[in-house]
Formats: sequence, structure tokens, C-alpha cells
Amino acid sequence: MLPLLWTIPLWPLLGFLLNGFFGRRWGKKTSGLIGCATILVSFLMSVGALASLLSLPERRYLVAPFDWIVVGNFHVPFGFMLDPLSAVMILVVSGVGFLIHVYSVGYMSHDPDQPRYFSFLNLFVFFMLVLVLADNFLVMYIGWEGVGLCSYLLIGFWFRRPSAARAGMKAFIVNRIGDLGFSLAIFLIFWNFGTLSFIEVFERAPAVAAVSGGLITAIGLLLFMGATGKSAQIPLYVWLPDAMEGPTPVSALIHAATMVTAGVYMVARCSTLFALAPVTLAVVAIIGAATALFAASMALVQNDIKKVLAYSTISQLGYMFLALGVGAFAAGIFHLMTHAFFKALLFLGAGSVIHALSDEQDLRKMGGLKTAMPITYWTFLIAALAIAGVPPLAGFVSKDEILWQSFSSPIGHWLLWLVGTITAALTAFYMFRLVFLAFHGQSRYPSTVHPHESPGSMAKPLIALGVLSVIGGWIGWPKVLGGGSWFEHFLAPVFEGAEARLPAREATHSLGLEYGLIAVSIAVGLLGIGWAYQWYVKSPERPEHLRTRFAGLYNLLLNKYWVDEIYDAIIVRPLVGSARFLYRRFDLAVVDGTANGIAKLAQTLAATGVRTSTGRFRLGAVTFAFGCVVALGWVVYTFLRVSG
Amino acid sequence: MTLLPVPLGNYILLSGILFSLGVIGVLTARNAIIILMSVELMLNAANLLLVVFARVHGDIGGQVMVFFVLTVAAAEAAVGLAILVAVFRRKGSVDVDRLNMLKG
Amino acid sequence: MADQLIFWVAAIVAIIAAARVILLKNPIVSVLHLIVTLVALAVLFLQLSAEFIAALQIIVYAGAIMVLFLFIVMLLNLRKDEFGRDQLPWLRLLGTLAGAAFLAELISVIGGGRARAAVLPQEFGSVRSIGKALFGEYLFPFELTSLLLLAAVLAAVVVARRRSPSEPENFQPAAPVNQAAGNGGEA
Repeated sequence: MLPLLWTIPLWPLLGFLLNGFFGRRWGKKTSGLIGCATILVSFLMSVGALASLLSLPERRYLVAPFDWIVVGNFHVPFGFMLDPLSAVMILVVSGVGFLIHVYSVGYMSHDPDQPRYFSFLNLFVFFMLVLVLADNFLVMYIGWEGVGLCSYLLIGFWFRRPSAARAGMKAFIVNRIGDLGFSLAIFLIFWNFGTLSFIEVFERAPAVAAVSGGLITAIGLLLFMGATGKSAQIPLYVWLPDAMEGPTPVSALIHAATMVTAGVYMVARCSTLFALAPVTLAVVAIIGAATALFAASMALVQNDIKKVLAYSTISQLGYMFLALGVGAFAAGIFHLMTHAFFKALLFLGAGSVIHALSDEQDLRKMGGLKTAMPITYWTFLIAALAIAGVPPLAGFVSKDEILWQSFSSPIGHWLLWLVGTITAALTAFYMFRLVFLAFHGQSRYPSTVHPHESPGSMAKPLIALGVLSVIGGWIGWPKVLGGGSWFEHFLAPVFEGAEARLPAREATHSLGLEYGLIAVSIAVGLLGIGWAYQWYVKSPERPEHLRTRFAGLYNLLLNKYWVDEIYDAIIVRPLVGSARFLYRRFDLAVVDGTANGIAKLAQTLAATGVRTSTGRFRLGAVTFAFGCVVALGWVVYTFLRVSG
Repeated sequence: MTLLPVPLGNYILLSGILFSLGVIGVLTARNAIIILMSVELMLNAANLLLVVFARVHGDIGGQVMVFFVLTVAAAEAAVGLAILVAVFRRKGSVDVDRLNMLKG
Repeated sequence: MADQLIFWVAAIVAIIAAARVILLKNPIVSVLHLIVTLVALAVLFLQLSAEFIAALQIIVYAGAIMVLFLFIVMLLNLRKDEFGRDQLPWLRLLGTLAGAAFLAELISVIGGGRARAAVLPQEFGSVRSIGKALFGEYLFPFELTSLLLLAAVLAAVVVARRRSPSEPENFQPAAPVNQAAGNGGEA
């Protein structure tokens, strides 16, 4: 099984090629089948790979199908590495990706461009698998850029809508800013380590750090800059809400299985480097916590169902970075996985709602869908409970682990815990605001619309994800609650190097404290739910009342702190202005001027030259004769000089 | 040691004058036949010098060369006049100013 | 003394005739003047012990080549008023200038040579001596001239042959343009 590891990403690539070249000819049904089947094969192989990995004592398997670059001592094999971390990632990517593909068959059934959709979707999964399986930075960078490209293609899938095309470009450009940091980090790594292989770099890192700690800090910060782009953290999160312009399953794929998890994965993968530079870890934790709170506050007032989910994703990613930042790498990856389950479920559920209401996304025009769409409602409710942190669902386990770690970790801080806990309350509130607005109360959609439950191909993935959202967290059930923290143990070999660098964990915290914190986190979750129930079910006039009373605050949140406008004013406009200036003054005048000038010169010379070609025999003869006179004159002159 | 009828310079001068007349003829004439005849004039100027120097050096090679020049002149006249006839057929004239098909 | 007289007379005749070749407008008269030049040169050749060359000059040059010229002139029926006004009159001036400059350069290098010459062997310039040289030392170039003449004959035939009937004869009769412009050449 393991020697065939490198074929896991190949299946989606095959699907991409088949759908890309022949999809239109073979029709929608076939393209959907190819799209799903290739991912399913990848998923099954991933399961097999995991099984094989568990039987390996060293918990690591390397395979390089071919050498990619060999220049002097610069040697980059196209290598793949399977270890617990990448095993988890490929399972999440291919598993959740497969469910989203199946869902897409139903969701996109009316779209004439379905083959194109599935080819892009397959390509997306391919690049993501390359990213997580890479055994060196350069191969990872291929996947990294590839998912950026695919996000552009898929967010702008309905490119005839100007807003979609713009959102695609925004995602791509903002990602490029992060990629700049990542590529600079790769250059620095190669420059100082002489290799790009993960294993070798992490082995040599302590020695390099001993010589120059600043270098490791710089690399860490640049890597994190890349992560903020891909994983939508402050300050580069702005592309993600706009990414809602894509088809809803694409949003699910981007938010749950691929793309945004890339940054988290990368930081976890490079945990050794981060652990060697405590500053970077602190930055990661602070940015993560700040993003979590900041995004959650914006999610409170959004009226677009997908926008709420988008900000919720940013917020949850903030949690993951918070976990990574306090040295709880396993907890971060754990939350990544559980979040993939319930966030995919939330998006697919939202997609069902949108589908049922004929592309209506505004929460204010929904309501009362509970009876019309029972499957969607119940699965959505499970996901909402999970993200709100209600035990025993998946979200509770991972979120509680993060909160506990941020409080108890030697590099944690109670402030980080406080921010996380407040965010948890806000999360529960806005999620149940969404649930109540969409599924409960009076229907507010036009009476001409008759919502219906989604077809089987869309409903079944919902159920599957619903089950996963319930039980997905149990593999990491904490010890204090009678579990075994198996997930953490499974990942432990990957983070050994990092753990060794971090201050030792003291077992001074009493069990009572831990129980207390668990109780608090459950309490805030329930509090948020109750709060939402109070406002949106019991007395729906309250929000309206508050809206008018705190109009300033409300508008601030509704307009997302005007961050987009601020970026526009201080970054985009000056850039566009200077680009336009350079375009006029430099490109048009100097570059084009030079090129055109050379052409013009040649033209002028030719126009002048052609006039000598008069076709007049005598003129030519006279010219020739004068030439002879001059030549002979030279001979005569030298002769006379010699002969005196 | 014998003597030439006149000093060598006179022969060279005569040859030069004839040659220059040929040059002027080629450069100024518009009639293609005159141009061909001017070329003959130049060839003859060269012939004269060949004969003179054959005499001065007592080398028969100079006269043989004149023979060759004569052959070349005959060939040149034949081809040149044939071209002339062809041009006349096409243009209806032997005015070299009308031969401007090579104009760029 | 007589030798000198003959030289001067022949030289002056040659120059005047050559000048008239290029100055006269009527091609027939030009051809005739060129023959005069050739004959005058033949006289000089005789003086320089080149009897055979002189004979060739008369027979081949004046006799054959010049007759060919004359024949073509008559065939094409060229007249002196053939051409229109010269559109590039300054070219005549420039051409003359070039020729004059050429002559001046030649004159500037003519040294004050004396009339000394080599002692000649018996029969220098006779048919026999030239024949011996031609078929001895210069055999290869001599044979090459046969090739040259053959090529010239073929070329002349090919170039001057009539086009096939399918190819239209693009004949434009010589337009007798602007009679007044042709400043009546001396016949």
C-alpha cells in the first residue's frame, strides 16, 4: 500500500484531466461520476495508507517517485511523506472532499458548466493532497500555489457575474501577498540550511537557531505571513467573506477541507521552527485569538447566511492558530479536523437552504424551514451545536482542548483563554441566531416559493457529515473525562521536535481547575444559545430595538469595521494610482517609446534607404564612378606619398 | 635597347584620355547603344596599354592578353546587344532612364 | 621623326573620334566614329610591333563587332530624336566631372617616362609568335575563351529570342516625345 502513496494525489489529477478534456463531450452525469469516483479512490487509498502507517514502528514513510530538480547541489525530489499529520490531512481532504463532491452532483445539476466545475474541484483536491503530502518545502509550494489558483478559478466560477470575477481576483491577489512571505521564507531556508527537505531542515534547525535566533524568527514570521494569507487571518482575512461568490459547495470545500486549512497545516508542519523562536509562537497565538474575536463580532450581525458562516470560519481558524501559538499543535490539528466536519456540514446545509429557496441567501427572507426541510434542519442543528461547543459533539472536544491549553500551557496566558471563551459565547450566539432565523419562527419568504427537501445526493452527505460531527471528536476525548486523548498520542511523534523545545508542561494544575474550565466553556456555549433563543425566538423585537439604540456599533459591525474600505484607501488606491502613473509615465513613454522608437528608426532608415534605390541606371553609375574616383584617389595619394 | 616612337607617358596619357572618355560616355549617355560603345572604348584604352607594355618589356604575353580582351569584348557585345533587343521589345525604347523596374 | 608624327596624328584622331562617339546623338554616326578610333589604335599597334593584333583589331573589332552594333542600330531603327527631355540634366555634369577627376588622378601619377624599350626578338608580334604563346603557355585560358564564346552565343540567343505566343509581347512603340527637347545632334 505505502509504495503507492504517491498515486493518492494522482487520482484527482486524472479526474481533472478527463473532465477538463472530455467532460463536455461525455456529459454531466459522467463528469460528476468521474469527479466523485476519483476522490473516492483517493479516500480509500488514504484509509489504506493510514492502516499501513499504524503498523510502521517509526510512523513515517517517505517516497519520491522522481527527481524534480537536480542542479549542482540543489536537489529536490518530487517527494511525498506520510506521517500521522499528513495521514490526518489526506483523510480529511479526501473524505470531506468526497462528500462535497457527491453533494455537488445534486447542487450543480442545473448548471451547464458542470464538467468544468468538477474538473476544477478535482484539481483543487489534487493540489491540496500534494500540499499535505509533500516532504519538502518546494513541493509543498506547488500545492500551495495550486490551491490558490483553484480558489481563484472556483470563486470566480460564475465569471459572468462581475462580483464573482472580482471576488476571485481578490482572493488570488490577497493570497499572493501571503505567498510572498512563504516564498521568502523558502529562500531563507534554502540559503541557510542548504536543503528544503522537511526532515533535514528540522534536524538542522536547532544548530542554526543556536547561531542566529533572529534568522529562525524571521523565517517563522514569514511562514506565518503565508499562513495568514491562506488561512484568512488578520490582516489578510478580507478575501474569505468575498469568496462566498462561488458555488456553495466550493465554499464548503475551501472552508472545510482545503485551502484555509493549508496555513494551519503548514504552521503545524513547521512546528519545530516555530518552537525554536518563541516570539513567532506568541505572534501566532495573539493573531489567532484576535482574529477569532474580531471575526466572531462581525458574524453577529451579518444577514447573508453564507457571510455568517464565512466569518465563523475565520473565527474558528483563529482558534486553531491560538492552539498552535500556545504550543498545542495536536489540539490545533484536532480542531482543524472537527471543524472540517461541522463547517462542511454547515455550508452544505446552507447550500440546501439556498437551493430550496431558489438562490435566496438573506436570513431576513427565510424562517420556518424546519418542517419543510427536516433532514437539513436536524443536521444543521447538530453542526450548530457542535460549533457552539455542546458536549459530547465534536466541536466541544476540540474547542475545550484549545481553551484548556491556552490557559494551562506554559506559554499560554489567561487573557488568551478569556478571549477564546468570549469568542465561544459569541459563536454560540451567532450560530443559533442563524438557526432560529432560518428554520424557526414565521416564514418570511415569498409565498410563491415552496421550499423542499434536497435530493438524495445532497441529503446523504449531510447525514454522513452529521454523524461525523457527533462522533468525530470522540477519538480525542480528553483523559479527565474518561477518554484517552488518542488523537494527541497519534500525532505526538510529529510534534516531538517542537515539544522538546518548549518549556516543560507542569502538572501543577489541579483537576478541579480543569473541570471548572470545562464547565465554564460548556456554560458560555449554552449561554450563547440561550441568548440567541431569547432574542430571536422569545422576543424578536429586541434585536430591532437594540439596533436602533446602538446604531453606531451595529453599523460598525455590519460594515465589517470598514476594513475593506480602509485597505482600499491606504493600500489599493495608492497602488493603483502609482501603477497608473507608472503605466503612463514609464510603460507608455519609456518602454513603449523605446520599442516604438526603434521600430520607427528602422522605418525611417528604410524609408531613407529605399530612396537610394531609384531604379535610375545613370544615378547608380555616377555614384559608382565617384566611388571609384575616391578609391583610386586613395591609391594615388598613398603612391605619391611613398614615391615622394 | 631600342626606343619607342614617343615617351611612355604619352601612351599612358592617350590611354587615360580614351578611358575617361569611355567613363564619361557610360555616365552621361541615355542611349544604351552609346553606353555599350563607351565600354568598348574603355576596353580599347586598356588594349593600348597592354600592347605598349608588351613592347616595353618585350613580352608577348601582353599581346595575348589583348587577344583575350578582344574575345571578351565580342562576347560582351553579343550578350549586351541581345539584352538591348529584349529591352527594346519590352519597353519600345533603349533609353536607360526608362529602365526603372528595380526602383524600391 | 616620322614615327612621332604618325603617333600624334593617330592619337589626335583617336581622341577626337572617341569624343564624338559619346557626344553625338545619332547612334549610327557614333558607331562610325568608334570604328575610326579603332583604326587609329590599330595604327598605333602596328608601330608597337603588334602586327597580328592590329590585324585583329581591324578584322574582328572594326569588322565584326562594330558591324554587329551597326546592325542592331539599324534593326531597332533608332533615331537621334529617340529620347525625351533629360529629367536629370545635372547627372550629365556629375558624370563628366567623375570622368575628369578620374583622368586627373591618372595624369597625377604618370611619371616622366622615357621612350626606352626592350630589344625585341625576331618575329615579335607575328602570327607565329602569338600562336605559339596561345597554344603553349596560354593554352588553358585560350580554351576557356571558347567556353566563354559558347556561353555568350547561347545567352544572346536565349535573351533575344521571341517570347512564346502565349506570352503577350509587351510592346510599347517608342513615343516620339518632345521633339523640341532633342537639341538636334550633328549628323
